[in-house]
Amino acid sequence: MTETGPSAYERFINGIIPENPTLRQLLGMCPTLAVTNGVKPALTMAGATAFVLICANVITSLMRKLIKPHLRILVFTLTIATFVTIADRFLQAFMPEMSKVLGPYVPLIIVNCIIISRCEICGSKQGVKVALADAVGMSLGFLVALLSISIPRELLGSGTLLGLRVLPEAWPNWGVQVLPPGAFLTLGLILAFVNWYSARRAAKV
Amino acid sequence: MSDQTSRAGFFRQSWLVLLLALSFGAALAAVEISFAPRIRENKRNATVSQIPELVPGAVKEASKEQSVGGALVYGAYDAEGRQVGWVVPAAGQGFADRIELLIGLDPTASTITGIYVLDQKETPGLGDYITSKERFRRYFEGQPAAAPLKVVKREVAPRSGEIRALTGATISSDAVTAIVNQRVRELGAALAQARQGSES
Repeated sequence: MTETGPSAYERFINGIIPENPTLRQLLGMCPTLAVTNGVKPALTMAGATAFVLICANVITSLMRKLIKPHLRILVFTLTIATFVTIADRFLQAFMPEMSKVLGPYVPLIIVNCIIISRCEICGSKQGVKVALADAVGMSLGFLVALLSISIPRELLGSGTLLGLRVLPEAWPNWGVQVLPPGAFLTLGLILAFVNWYSARRAAKV
Repeated sequence: MSDQTSRAGFFRQSWLVLLLALSFGAALAAVEISFAPRIRENKRNATVSQIPELVPGAVKEASKEQSVGGALVYGAYDAEGRQVGWVVPAAGQGFADRIELLIGLDPTASTITGIYVLDQKETPGLGDYITSKERFRRYFEGQPAAAPLKVVKREVAPRSGEIRALTGATISSDAVTAIVNQRVRELGAALAQARQGSES
């Protein structure tokens, strides 16, 4: 099998900004919208997703020569589901509060398209080093995206960051930011900004 | 095509999937065995830490797990070892998913001293206010347990046997009240039976 494709470094950098899974590829919208009403749940979700993504991508890459093409989705899902279950049980055992806040969104990482798309695009085609770099880059990209949405939401919606008071008590909590519409509003504005910025850069070149 | 339909062909195609299923299954079993005691302990701690909140005067360390009517309840005791009430786990269907509650009662199970929501997945911003003491849970405090509580859509007087429904979450309010009513009735009956048994 010939192994062509972007190098480990390119994969790593691509994941963070140029091909950011959330802001560029618009994948993983469900956790992006659901857990970003606070920075803490967003960080936990990014951590759990990173664990699953890195493990699944590396394992897929290790078995890439054994996978029958028509059974690959089955193998990906099996691998992902295993690591998601481990992450879920870990949170329940060691971070019960966060596990309660995230609720069903941890088991739902199984169907997060970011992970299965990386297994398909990179893990099943390239070596372990590239797959690892790819997974770490994408995980960082997901973290950046979740932070970019959760920081304004928690700040405006609750006046806090990581649960600590930042804005003065007089700040009237902008309730909608804690509710689902706040997620759509913030995501929309950030996507608009990213598109405007890249369009401007493209026009300059 | 014959390769795919024969038995040897089946294993040639799927050995990796079967092997992965077995080894991942074994890995998950190991994870489960090592984490399960901690997860159970977390759930128990969440319950026990609420006991002083639910029963006035109760001390967390003095609570005892007991079986009343075949179900697990927590006996709440004060620092001198006198029983000051009960904390009873209860669960039932809510609007979205199962609601798990703790109900605090006085020693004779005649007055509800408080409720606490252990687990719920009601609508955020509407139904999940059942977890809020200010908005909802306070209506249960001091209510008589003799008659079922009623849900009404207006301001209510304390200890009137009425619970004020949450705006936009009537079903969640009804569900919590129904769970409380049923579990309190069951416990009252079980306690009465135990008392009769010990007297005769």
